[in-house]
Amino acid sequence: MGYDAGRFDVIVVGAGHAGVEAALASARMGAETLCLTLNLDTIAYMPCNPSVGGPAKGIVVRELDALGGEMARNIDKTHIQMRMLNTGKGPAVRALRAQADKFMYQNEMKKTMENTENLTLRQGMVERLLIEDGVCKGVVTKTGAEYHASAVVLTTGTYLRGKIIIGELSYESGPNNMQPSVNLSYHLQELGFQMVRFKTGTPPRVNSKTIDYSVTEIQPGDEVPRAFSYETTKYITDQLPCWLTYTSPETHELINGNLHRSPMYSGMIEGTGPRYCPSIEDKIVRFNDKPRHQIFLEPEGRNTEEVYVQGLSTSLPEDVQRKILSTIPGLEKAELMRAGYAIEYDAIVPTQLWPTLETKNVEGLFTAGQLNGTSGYEEAAGQGVMAGINAALKVQNKEPLVLDRSEAYIGVLIDDLITKGTNEPYRLLTSRAEYRLLLRHDNADLRLTEKGYEIGLIPQERYDRFAEKKEKIKQEIERLEHVTVKPSPEVQDILQGAKSSPLKEPMTAATLLKRPEITYDVIAQIHPSETPVDEVIAEQVEIQVKYAGYIDKQLAQVDRMRKMENKKLPADLDYGAINGLATEAKQKLLEVRPLSVGQASRVSGVNPADISILLVYLEQGKLAKLAR
Amino acid sequence: MEYDTITAISTPMGEGAIAIVRLSGSEAIQIADSIYIGKKSLKEVESHTIHYGKLIEPKTGEAVEEVMVSIMKGPRTFTREDVVEINCHGGIVSVNRVLQLVLNNGARLAEPGEFTKRAFLNGRIDLSQAEAVMDLIRAKTDRAMNVALNQMEGRLSKLVGKLRQTLLETIAHVEVNIDYPEYDAEEMTHSLLNEKLTYVKREVDKILTTAQQGKILREGLSTAIIGRPNVGKSSLMNALVHENKAIVTDVAGTTRDVIEEYVNVRGVPLRLVDTAGIRETEDIVERIGVEKSRKVLKESDLILLVVNHNEPLSQEDENLFEAVKGLDVIVIVNKTDLEQEIDMNRVKELAGRHPVITTSLLHEEGIDLLEEGIAQLFFQGGIESQDITYVSNSRHIALLQQTIHHIDEALNGIELNLPVDMVQIDITRAWEILGEIIGDTVSESLIDQLFSQFCLGK
Repeated sequence: MGYDAGRFDVIVVGAGHAGVEAALASARMGAETLCLTLNLDTIAYMPCNPSVGGPAKGIVVRELDALGGEMARNIDKTHIQMRMLNTGKGPAVRALRAQADKFMYQNEMKKTMENTENLTLRQGMVERLLIEDGVCKGVVTKTGAEYHASAVVLTTGTYLRGKIIIGELSYESGPNNMQPSVNLSYHLQELGFQMVRFKTGTPPRVNSKTIDYSVTEIQPGDEVPRAFSYETTKYITDQLPCWLTYTSPETHELINGNLHRSPMYSGMIEGTGPRYCPSIEDKIVRFNDKPRHQIFLEPEGRNTEEVYVQGLSTSLPEDVQRKILSTIPGLEKAELMRAGYAIEYDAIVPTQLWPTLETKNVEGLFTAGQLNGTSGYEEAAGQGVMAGINAALKVQNKEPLVLDRSEAYIGVLIDDLITKGTNEPYRLLTSRAEYRLLLRHDNADLRLTEKGYEIGLIPQERYDRFAEKKEKIKQEIERLEHVTVKPSPEVQDILQGAKSSPLKEPMTAATLLKRPEITYDVIAQIHPSETPVDEVIAEQVEIQVKYAGYIDKQLAQVDRMRKMENKKLPADLDYGAINGLATEAKQKLLEVRPLSVGQASRVSGVNPADISILLVYLEQGKLAKLAR
Repeated sequence: MEYDTITAISTPMGEGAIAIVRLSGSEAIQIADSIYIGKKSLKEVESHTIHYGKLIEPKTGEAVEEVMVSIMKGPRTFTREDVVEINCHGGIVSVNRVLQLVLNNGARLAEPGEFTKRAFLNGRIDLSQAEAVMDLIRAKTDRAMNVALNQMEGRLSKLVGKLRQTLLETIAHVEVNIDYPEYDAEEMTHSLLNEKLTYVKREVDKILTTAQQGKILREGLSTAIIGRPNVGKSSLMNALVHENKAIVTDVAGTTRDVIEEYVNVRGVPLRLVDTAGIRETEDIVERIGVEKSRKVLKESDLILLVVNHNEPLSQEDENLFEAVKGLDVIVIVNKTDLEQEIDMNRVKELAGRHPVITTSLLHEEGIDLLEEGIAQLFFQGGIESQDITYVSNSRHIALLQQTIHHIDEALNGIELNLPVDMVQIDITRAWEILGEIIGDTVSESLIDQLFSQFCLGK
């Protein structure tokens, strides 16, 4: 039956956005890594929208970059346009978003993987895991190849028992009619994993040549060159626009008239869909007072006529989809190239994971991406890089890397998943982060480069450049704190020009910069630095000085949070034996098995009274005795 | 969380001429010093010493209270942390002002029993049987939960819930603008935010002034003394005013010319009310009838109904009893120095659940009992419930004021034209604090944070 196909340090199953980051991180850290995928032509494939980034997600991409991940660099090389969103709001919520050329994105990523040392790329369908004494020792493919390893990372996306549904039609399939992975899901259940069934969907694609753009609004990219990676120096200037149109009253009428044919309403779909990304039929039923919905037309690439119809995600029958298109201004004659569909898939309940993304059930087995109940390329990639890092660290017998909620959106994402679980596909939102003023897109490198460097994912040369930048920021802030601005006529003139009130008495440049209308440029005009700083440093200085009050408040909150995080709990604590804990708390704590009092306090159903009781036991040194 | 600076009123209400506000934590001395003016800075004094001085509002420099401040540096303290005890005048009004001042300057209101908890966690108290303590914690939490549930059905809870909803909708609106910048939702502008926040602030202000406890704190319990002519109403008023120093306060709404009518009975401020007061009530029932007089009397928080020990009960007396049915009443049988002519059994029957106290105001007898009765009625008897009632009220006021503080910060941010997501930090905080008042469990069971294991201020 089986044959020995070789030995690796780490095996990554899947080459989607989670898989590629996991494999690259592991290989770059020096672990011999095998990446197995169902199809080598769909590496880093984007089955849904051709875009990367946006609020919260865009910050994850930058965090990935600071940790040595690939998504930022790859999209910088392959986008068709980029925009900075939320520019009218504060620095904490600004976010970059790129429209991808999804084909170039795939090709570029494949090339990068093929050229990475220690990384073997191979096609194959993994059907089961090799388990010895509860420890994962490798994988077995459909063709009987047995690969051995010290750690395995599963990133199966939406392929596990995938089922596509279009109207009355449904069939077993991965995304975009690719092969689903069926046996692996059953195997995971046999191993004792609790699974959930989730659902997501995608809109139709239409032929660009058949769109009447003249009745739509143009959505160009920013004129200022943008990039996700802190390392990118070559910018793409030749950008393609997107287009905006709206549904019409006829669209709504048509959908209402065909609801009986929608699998969402006929009961055919059992999976839980995401609230934040509803299908068009959902939008029209739930928000029936909204007269029209936005439809963005997004090119799928430079060398294709396919256009993604964002906002029209649907599982209505194909004939209805065609009719819907004809009711939308600009799409009256649009030719449907691929129909939209809903897809159901199995995911594992993520509270079964440690903060390292290693499963509690099976040592040496890590999971990442949509398999863990998330949605979105960026969420997948963020988990992927962490799973890859921790798999490699485990193989190398090193301390794991866990990011906390104040360090990264990736930390928020993973902590939410493993502590609270999720009952719908999880999407990152800025409001999920309690310290979002600290988790800005502009300071992701300041937050994480050090960590990336320590684990060996950031090369020395890059680290030196980063250290220099950090030093310059520090020096410039110090300078502004010591330079005094006097109420001279010249200064008052400059202030008047900046629409700021005149100075009554001297103040430091830093104090002046705290005024909302005063930018770093105004300060530089009054008191230029002897060694002028570049834009990036100027921006950083301005943000850190201007919002110092708010930032300090959040830092104080972080300090308090850390104290609770530093109170460690044994993983095998027998909560059932602790008197005084509420029954619900006992059950939840036994399920989640938090590693710190801080994490325990975030478990739903555990209240402060229970936390106090845990603290008392901790102080009494009784916890050790209760460990099973 | 652990180890920030906590504070609470640590003396029971309704006793003694002084009250103590205690602080514990690494910033205890610094916070106390920032609101204190005395011979020396509190940062420079020796540990375990006591200092006379004044508390001031640091922003305005306005003097708030004369105090004695004890400085005790850790670890030789109850909690093993730095501890400051501010001794101030007793009574709800003054001690709450001190508490508020401390809260506004960096301390956090202690959870019930948190001082004890810290002492325990810092190893100050050696409790060999942790399990027993745990049982105690659990039992008390459950009892406190019942109180919380009762309050949740209250009017305060409804109002707060409504305001939270307004804030939540506002926050959600801001969030949709941030997370979905291209979505065609109306942009939450500064002027729109301003409007919502001003509304919430006004409503919170209203709650602060009209919620029962807020009313008591600002104005005192409105108290009517009623009875037939010549039963001793004036003597009772004089005795109360005489025994208890009048509250001298500049609390909003009180004016100099009515100040004599304010008395402080064992920490309970009473306002001897004019409307249903002494002169007009002589023949109130006769004059306007039982139903109407009931309406008038209903506006009082407390009614002192005086009858004559020396005379049989008259129809007039019976009418008065009828008029006060269901209200908070203390029955005073005065003139025990004279022959008993009154049918005490009938008095007790008429009084029902209300306390009956016998006095001889002429000989200054029984006033103690009356004061005790007033205090008990206010604190609803029993030391246990007294604590809880007091705690939750004190918390409510502190939390409502913190809400206003954060709304003011948010409004200030709007004024400064700060980005909406910065402004929202304070709006969210205000929303969370309002949630603590009603113990909203929707977001991470705050109910237990509010009513946790131990009793406050131990």
